[in-house]
Order: sequence, then C-alpha cells, then structure tokens
Amino acid sequence: MYMWNRRDWLRATGALGAGALALPWSRLALGQAPITIGFIYVGPRDDFGYNQAHAEAVAEIKKLPGIKAVEEENVPETQSVQKSMQGMISQDGATLLFPTSFGYFDPHMLAVAAKNSNVRFAHCGGMWTEGKHPKNTGSFFGYIDEGQYLNGVVAGHMSKSKKIGFVAAKPIPQVLRNINAFTMGARSVDPKITTSVVFTGEWSMPVKEAEATNSLADQGVDVFTMHVDGPKVVVETAAKRNAMVCGYHASQAKLAPKAYLTGAEWNWSSAYRAIIDAARTGKPHPNFVRGGLKEGFIKTSAYGPSVSEAARKNADAIKARMMSGKFDIFAGEIKDNTGKVVIAKGAVQKQTDLELEKMGYLVEGVIGKV
Amino acid sequence: MNRDACRHAIEAIAWPVASLIAALALFGVFVAFYGASPVEAWRLLFVGAFGDAFSWQNSLQRAAPLMLTALTVAIPARAGLIVIGGEGALVVGGFACAAVPYMFAPPSGWMGTLILLSAAAVAGALWIAMAGALRQYRGVNETISSLLFGYIAIALFKHFVEGPMRDPASLNKPSTLPLAEELRIGDIGPFDVHWGLAWGVALCVLGTLWLTFTSHGFATRVVGGNARTAKLVGLPANALIITACALGGAAAGIAGGIEVAAVHMSANASLIVGLGYAGILVSFVARHEPIAIIPVAILFGGFGAAGSMLQRRLGLPDASIQVLLGIAFVIILASETLRGRLPSLRLSARPAQQPVASAAP
Repeated sequence: MYMWNRRDWLRATGALGAGALALPWSRLALGQAPITIGFIYVGPRDDFGYNQAHAEAVAEIKKLPGIKAVEEENVPETQSVQKSMQGMISQDGATLLFPTSFGYFDPHMLAVAAKNSNVRFAHCGGMWTEGKHPKNTGSFFGYIDEGQYLNGVVAGHMSKSKKIGFVAAKPIPQVLRNINAFTMGARSVDPKITTSVVFTGEWSMPVKEAEATNSLADQGVDVFTMHVDGPKVVVETAAKRNAMVCGYHASQAKLAPKAYLTGAEWNWSSAYRAIIDAARTGKPHPNFVRGGLKEGFIKTSAYGPSVSEAARKNADAIKARMMSGKFDIFAGEIKDNTGKVVIAKGAVQKQTDLELEKMGYLVEGVIGKV
Repeated sequence: MNRDACRHAIEAIAWPVASLIAALALFGVFVAFYGASPVEAWRLLFVGAFGDAFSWQNSLQRAAPLMLTALTVAIPARAGLIVIGGEGALVVGGFACAAVPYMFAPPSGWMGTLILLSAAAVAGALWIAMAGALRQYRGVNETISSLLFGYIAIALFKHFVEGPMRDPASLNKPSTLPLAEELRIGDIGPFDVHWGLAWGVALCVLGTLWLTFTSHGFATRVVGGNARTAKLVGLPANALIITACALGGAAAGIAGGIEVAAVHMSANASLIVGLGYAGILVSFVARHEPIAIIPVAILFGGFGAAGSMLQRRLGLPDASIQVLLGIAFVIILASETLRGRLPSLRLSARPAQQPVASAAP
C-alpha cells in the first residue's frame, strides 16, 4: 500500500529534473538497475572510529547514480539487528545489505539470510566458509595490519623512551594481529623497543580506555595506538599526557593535530563498490573479499607535522613495497613473547593465509598476556 | 466505592495517554528543529511501530524480553523494595542456560528447553534474593546492592564465557558452545516472533492474578504497604520480601535464558545490551502492575521499531528516539502528581479519600 502525496511528487519531479540536467550521468545510470542498499552500524556514525569509517564510505557510495542507501546506527547484536535487516528488506525494498559489525554474522545475519534467499548479504569481518554458509552471504575485510605495521615504523622512529603502548579491546585474532604488526614495525627500526598492551575487555568502554592510556603513560610509554571501536578517548588522553599517537579505523588527526603521527584507516568504498557492482550487473555474489593497501581497502593518514624526515622516508619505502606486493609482515622466524617459535625460519604467511585469521599469540617484544 | 474504582481506571488510562500525546507534540518540535517534517515523523512512528504485520511482529518481538525484566522491578516493588538489578539477573540467567549442557546432556525437545529455562530462573532468583536478604538481614540498601550485583554478574559472565567456557571455534566473538538445535526456542507458528513473548505475557498475567487473588500475594502487598504493620499482624515480612525478590529475579533470569535459547544460541557479550535497565522504566510507567506491563512493554517495543524506521526513512540519528523516550518518561512521571486532580472528577474524589485518611495511624 503506497499512496502518492505532495511531498513524494515534488521529490520525484525534482529527481527527474536533476536527472535531466545531468544527462550523461543518467544514461550511465540507466545501464545499471537502480538498487536499494541497507547499511547497519553497531555504534554511532560519528565515533571517530570503526563506524565512522563505514559511514564515510557510505556517504561516498550514496553519490553514485541509481543507488539508494538506507542506514541505521546503534543497532545492538541482538534480535534488533535481525528486525532491522528484515525491515530494510520488507519495508524499504533493499536487495543488498551490509551488516558491518562482527557480531552480526552468526547467528543474526545467517538467520535472516536463510529467510531471504533473493537478498545478498555482505558482512564486514566475518569468516565466510565455502559449503558452511549460504551463497547469498559473504564477508569482506581488509588487511589493516599493514597500516598498523606502518604505524609501528613511525612510532619506532619517534619514540624516545623506547616504550610504546597499545590499548586493545579483546584478545581475539584480529586484535592480536594488529598488536603484533605494530610491534614488529617498531622493532624493525629499533629491536630494543617494547610494546605494552592493555586489554579493556570491551569494544567500547571509554572509562577503561582512558585509565589504560593513563597507566601506560605513567609507565613511560610515549607513543600510543589502539584497537577499540572509538579511538577518540585514547587519542585525546594521550595528547593530554604529551604523548604521541597513531590512529586507527578513521583519521583522528582533528582531535590532536600536534600529537597525531599517522594512522591506519579503512577505505571501505572500494570493497563496497566491488560487491555493489556484482549485485547490479547480476554477477555471482562475491563471498570472500579481502584486500590491503594494494587493493585500496585500507589507507594511511597523512603524516602529522612532528613526524621526522627519516621516519617518513622509511615508512614510505615500506609502504611502496607493500603496494607492489613484495612485503610480507609475517615472515619467519617469528617468536612469541614466551620464546616459542610460531613461524619457522624461512616460512612465510602471506596476508591471504587463513592461519593469520586464527592468531592466538603475542610476538616477542610485546609485554602482555593473551 | 464503585465510583472510586471507576475514577481510578479512567485516570490510570487518561494520564498516560495524555502524556504520550504531549510527548509526541514536543517531539514534533524537536524534529522540526532538526529540519524534518513533524507530520512525516509522526506518520512514520506509527507505521514503524504498528503500521503493518511486519511492524507488529517487530514491536512484539522487542517487547518480549522487556515484559520479563520489568517484572523484576515490579514484583519486589509491590513488596516495598526498589530493585534495579534486573540486568545482573538476566546475565546470570543467560549464563546458567548456556552452562547446563557443560554439566550434563539435557534431554532434547521441550523437556530439555524447560530444564535450561529452569536453571536460568533459579540463577536469576538467587541473584536478586541475595540483594533482598542483604537488605532484610544486614540493612544494605537493595537499590544500590542490586545495581552493584549487576556489575559483578557481568564480570563473572565475561570471565567464564571468554575464559574457561569459551568455544575454541568462536574466534573473534568469544562465546560458549552453541546450544543443540533441539534445545532452541523457535518462532510462534508462522510469525516472526519467538515463544519468549508467550512467556512474558503469561508471567505478567500470573503476576497480577497472584497479587490480586491469592492470600500470599495479598500478604506481599501488605508488607509492601507497611512492613512494620505487617510484622505486627504476624506476617513473616522477611520471608515474603525475599520471596518477592526471588520471583522477580526468576523473571529476568528466564529473560536471559530465552535470549540465549531463542536469539543468540550461545552465551556471549551481545547478551549485555541493557534489557534489564530498560525494564526499570517499563515497570515504573506501568506503576508496578504486572498486567499493565504488557501494553507498556509493547509500546516500548513499538518505540524501538519506530526508531529503526525513522532512521531509515528520515535519516534522523538514533538518539532521536531516545529523546522521544526521555520526553515521554518525564511527562508520564510528572503527570503522577496530577493524579486525583482530573477537573470533572474532582468532586467525586473527595469523599472517597476521607476514610483512607482516618485509617492511617
């Protein structure tokens, strides 16, 4: 049941007018069927972090012709997200959904996907497995540990105390991989550097994040990075303590222009585009999408004013090697922080290696326990 | 007496409805400031909450756990205690439900599910009964202790779920082992609403029946009215109060069990989203009357469903529905002070109050 009212009519004629004005574009748009896409975030869209990184990419996608995006923020990983997904499908006519929080995958997205086999689901971070999960679902993710490695390189050059800090949410594989990459980046500059880790136990717990930052600063840590949903508190607290900071998820340069060195940022629009194009042209749904710097899935923040020339040069050189695909972060020999060899000498775990998505150790030089 | 009851009934409905209308009007002003059309917002609020079959299922599904967590506040409140620790009881309930299969293999089918929910109810009951016992025997304020118990529950939950009981296959979302397929709670017939709704409605109805028609329920209300008087007439106040706490806690425990068995399939941190705290508001708006919790919880579920719609259609931030909820609460609670002052009923109200005043000690 849908009735036209004056507002819809105005909107429709306005849209037609705008379409006519941009004639070459509208021709392009005609080539592809219009599509309604739903995006769901677990936190606020302006959290300077994980959700903002997605929302920024959605804002870009929205500008493309023929795409209508419906968004919902602060949706918890409960039946709420199942209802939001179903609402986007039944009430808004969405045919492609992007549930972006890790916890949405199992059981929520799988439950809704089972009821809507004609709708495509692209989940951020989940481990889609051939044969186990339906074909209309899939997962995409980025190798952001490349960004954290570069963060580490810059931190290694800039740290005076040789103690760097990592405020982490939970000891899960994705987070451990970032801590390890950050540490190895820093130790590639100076092997004496140690990384102190504090796990807050929550994806978003500003009070504990501030406490962790303060206690690390008290121990002499002078460069910080983090893996929590909203890095705002860590960045601001570190800046207040006159420490330096490397960002994560999105750019936090605005929050601490002087203390901000660089950052590992998501660049989801390239992943989105690949999946959306497949949906609009009727190609099979890409079930397992991964990429790093080279594929444009992640990017680094511009260097802050205090970053030294040597640090820029070194980081840029490694970045260039990553872009050409000639750099492996997890190349043996790598020992964990108890002295056990986790990757043997000569062995290499490429970014695409699924072993890396099951990481359960902290590398040598990290002070902390899983 | 009859006229008095009639006046109460009219007021009990008239004030909340008038408050809601006032809240919606104010919300319209807020929406207009944000640059969206208030009329469109009102229309979408209705469509999103109760406009079609999907919206109804959406609202009812969101209401189901709130009915149970509201009972956790309502039942102790009728015995004179303000317990706000429903979140803790829900968390231990969910934990107990997921923990049963670690100890023994429950029979598959509804018997097994019943065992899981019983474990959840017992865990929740003990959790809130502890707060009640602390208050009755040690003089610890139950409002504060139940709230703090909530934090302890969450800490214990995380320790066990993300530590010793973690399913090694749950890599990036630490959870317990998933419940077996046959133990899970499914949907009610062809609807997209799980059986938790039936549990919520049934327990709310039972709650009112118990309070109104049984001598135990009556004794509980007497204790809630004045515990000293109750002791003077020989009622076991401590036992009644702690029982009320246990019953309330059992309701939230069942809510946690249902969340695990019907929604999450295993216990994990996604369970902790404040359903217990939302129940506090529901119970206060329902004036701690179990049967009134049902419509209030559905209204709340409706707000949630409508908020989802407002975001998708008008691009309003999620906070907007929180603003509406906040406005509605302040007005509903403020309207309590106007009770008994409905102009046309004022004259008839006066004589009825006379005997009550003389009965007070």
